[in-house]
Amino acid sequence: MAAPILEMRNITKEFPGVKALNNVSFQVAEGEIHCLVGENGAGKSTLMKVLSGVYPYGEYSGDIVYGGEVQRFSGIRDSEKAGIAIIYQELALVPEMTVFENIFLGHEISNGPIIDWNETIKRAGEMLRKVRLNVNPETKVRELGVGKQQLVEIAKALSRDVKLLILDEPTSALNEDDCDNLFDLLRDLKNNGVTCVLISHKLKEVISIADSVTVLRDGQTICTLDAKKGEVTETALIRNMVGREIENIYPKRVRRTSDEVLLEVRNWSGYSPALGRTVLQGVNFHVKKGEIVGFAGLMGSGRTELALSIFGNPDGYKLNGELFVRGERKQFNHPQNAIRNGIAYVTEDRKRDGLILIQDVKQNITLANLREISKRFVVNGNAEVTVANEYKTSLNIKTPSIEQKVVNLSGGNQQKVSVAKSLFVNPNVLILDEPTRGIDVGAKFEIYTIMNRLVERGMSIVMISSELPEILGMSDRVYILSSGRITGELPIEEATQEKIMHLATN
Amino acid sequence: MSFVTDLQRVLRQNIREYGMFIALFVIMAYFTVTTDGLFISSRNISNLINQTGYIAVLAVGMTLVIVIRHIDLSVGFLAGFLGAVAAIAMVFWKLPVFAAIGLVLVFGILSGLLTAFLVAQMKIPAFVATLAGWLGYRGALLLATVSTGTIIIPDATFNAIGNGFIPDIPGINILPEIHKLTLLLGLLTIAIFIVNAINSRRKKQAYNFEVLPMNLFIIQLLFVSAIIGSITWVLAGYRGLSWTAVIVLAVTLVYDFMTNQTVLGRHIYAIGGNPEAAELSGISVKKITYVVFGSMGMLSALSGILFASRLQSATTTAGTLFELDAIAAAFIGGVSPAGGVGKVMGSLVGALVMTSLTSGMNLMGIDISLQYIVRAAVLVAAVIFDVTTRSSGK
Repeated sequence: MAAPILEMRNITKEFPGVKALNNVSFQVAEGEIHCLVGENGAGKSTLMKVLSGVYPYGEYSGDIVYGGEVQRFSGIRDSEKAGIAIIYQELALVPEMTVFENIFLGHEISNGPIIDWNETIKRAGEMLRKVRLNVNPETKVRELGVGKQQLVEIAKALSRDVKLLILDEPTSALNEDDCDNLFDLLRDLKNNGVTCVLISHKLKEVISIADSVTVLRDGQTICTLDAKKGEVTETALIRNMVGREIENIYPKRVRRTSDEVLLEVRNWSGYSPALGRTVLQGVNFHVKKGEIVGFAGLMGSGRTELALSIFGNPDGYKLNGELFVRGERKQFNHPQNAIRNGIAYVTEDRKRDGLILIQDVKQNITLANLREISKRFVVNGNAEVTVANEYKTSLNIKTPSIEQKVVNLSGGNQQKVSVAKSLFVNPNVLILDEPTRGIDVGAKFEIYTIMNRLVERGMSIVMISSELPEILGMSDRVYILSSGRITGELPIEEATQEKIMHLATN
Repeated sequence: MSFVTDLQRVLRQNIREYGMFIALFVIMAYFTVTTDGLFISSRNISNLINQTGYIAVLAVGMTLVIVIRHIDLSVGFLAGFLGAVAAIAMVFWKLPVFAAIGLVLVFGILSGLLTAFLVAQMKIPAFVATLAGWLGYRGALLLATVSTGTIIIPDATFNAIGNGFIPDIPGINILPEIHKLTLLLGLLTIAIFIVNAINSRRKKQAYNFEVLPMNLFIIQLLFVSAIIGSITWVLAGYRGLSWTAVIVLAVTLVYDFMTNQTVLGRHIYAIGGNPEAAELSGISVKKITYVVFGSMGMLSALSGILFASRLQSATTTAGTLFELDAIAAAFIGGVSPAGGVGKVMGSLVGALVMTSLTSGMNLMGIDISLQYIVRAAVLVAAVIFDVTTRSSGK
């Protein structure tokens, strides 16, 4: 093993009431790709914020030894000067600025106060070649896809002579191609002497790229695994992450699908005036009572668009085709119509358009169906408390009280509130868009258990997911979408990851 | 002792809600001392309430506008213009007073809906749309008064709205200096409040919810009763409850009920908290935007009526800067500029704080230049208080 470029010794960081990091040690060898894994709230991001100076020296205890010296960063600027760059999940680019402006934002190439634009553009071009991004540096960042924006971020880091590159869940928003691209680039950088720390939830990609892996759990270092010794396996990772073996993370259920079709769509096409392109083309599918129907497909394949087009079309697509609910032809022009007809939708991004973060748990749960607890438009606050407490118990929402603001809940519990809100409208068909995105293994299991309970009661679930194991583990039937078309339908017995990927890239 | 700890806990949990009332109380106490009691005299308080009226109704409407993440700069001149329309309707068109009032209120609603059309349908930022309204209604006001200048309103009924008081019960000779009906209404309010509080406590207990401990509950009842009682007593000592006060109270109570207890109110706060989530929860953001701006327009009309009635005339500058006073009152009252947070009761108190400052400093003979600076400081202090208590709280 090469000499460590970074050693974090006995780092402890406390927030009011919580010890986020408890005596964590973390060692990264020079020139390796080191993955940092752990459940949500294990302390990964906090550790990286300590390293990059977001939490300055003095706010934590312990030592950071970097490049052979104890460092006392008092802010991001210090760590950047030392050659540490961190790229967050939410990209920190200015969308209205061009690629070259973004790359040199904060360390502009200038003679005194005057920026040398020609040199900037030339150097930006070099950086883009390094990250193998083939775009004109004068393009506005807004016009690039997420994958390309990420490469711009890396180019930005490279332009500052980065030695240690930290990526916080870089692939959560990327499709397969962009992921492969990114990983090739990381290997490339490794060969050029850049050390890389990668935080990830996706164990498959950890296994494929890591030289070594450190597992954190509950703010403590559990172990560091070495890939060369063959220690990095899925079971080993999961066991160390959750502290127990999970035999089957998909709970068993008795499959009892009836033949009654609850929801059907025929020749369904949609054009988005806002995006200026066709998002759905000739889609046909149906959902039977008591069935979990999985929708697989890559990012941008039209899965969310399909869900929204059925759920009252809030994005204003121009729609063609027929929609049937329990055999009756319907047309919804607002989510309210869809809800009244027994369709509920749990959004992909619960923070952005699922929950009202500044309101409390009970207000979020009852929001979509206030009529249920109202008499002549007056809300019965006491009935509301009763309803919210019922869901708190039945979905096991972990919150000190239903009067807690949702913003203070963990991701998994926020997701449960989001689900509770949709259940309170008494739907027949529940559409779940990425139901387990960004939540930890334990909470995932709970969400799956809830799903099973619901279909056993005769509800139907449409599950959109990017995680193939989840699609295979939970669905009764799978549709595969690609470029706004359904490219395949597989009963679960015939579905495999390979077949789905093949159809999704069709 | 558990009583003291209970009290501390309740105060700490509700410091944001009580903060404004405490601030108002401190300001009033301060001016009472510095003016040798002149400030708290029945006559001054009565005047103060009448002066607050036309800003208070705007502040109530503005609360909702800011809660749904918009702003309305047009309300000042809209009020001025509609006041002039009311005057013209009575003086030149010879409309009966209540017809004129009804007409103006309808105009107000229509103007609000026009703003909503620009904001919700055409997607113009409210700041720009209502800045256009500010210019447009100012022009309309000048146009309406161009031939006559100030229009004097001779109608006694109309002028009573801003200057008159509710009649007293005739034929009772006890307490000759005191307005008996006001006193009676005050006592009635206290009775209703107590009965309501007890009922709601019983209901909560029936659901097994947490309620205030009995001793604190009694203290709360006594405290609120004492406040209503003393306000009533002060007002009854002059000419009783003014019509302006009656209107402002009615508007505030209706809006307070609407925002706290009804489905519509919950939808408004949901949109303020997260418009995308609200839309996906089946709430029509467009419809609510129409309702909120429509109500703002109606309250602008009401403000115009109150002001014209108070001056007993429609002037060419009526409504100038009302919008900024109303926005300031809302912010002092704890409305969040980011949307989703704010109570109409808070904005009413915010408006009272602003007028109390003006009235108190006038009585003390403080120069107008200093008055503006003091008001600026109070506005900033109130918002700092609001921001810090919000981030430290849960």
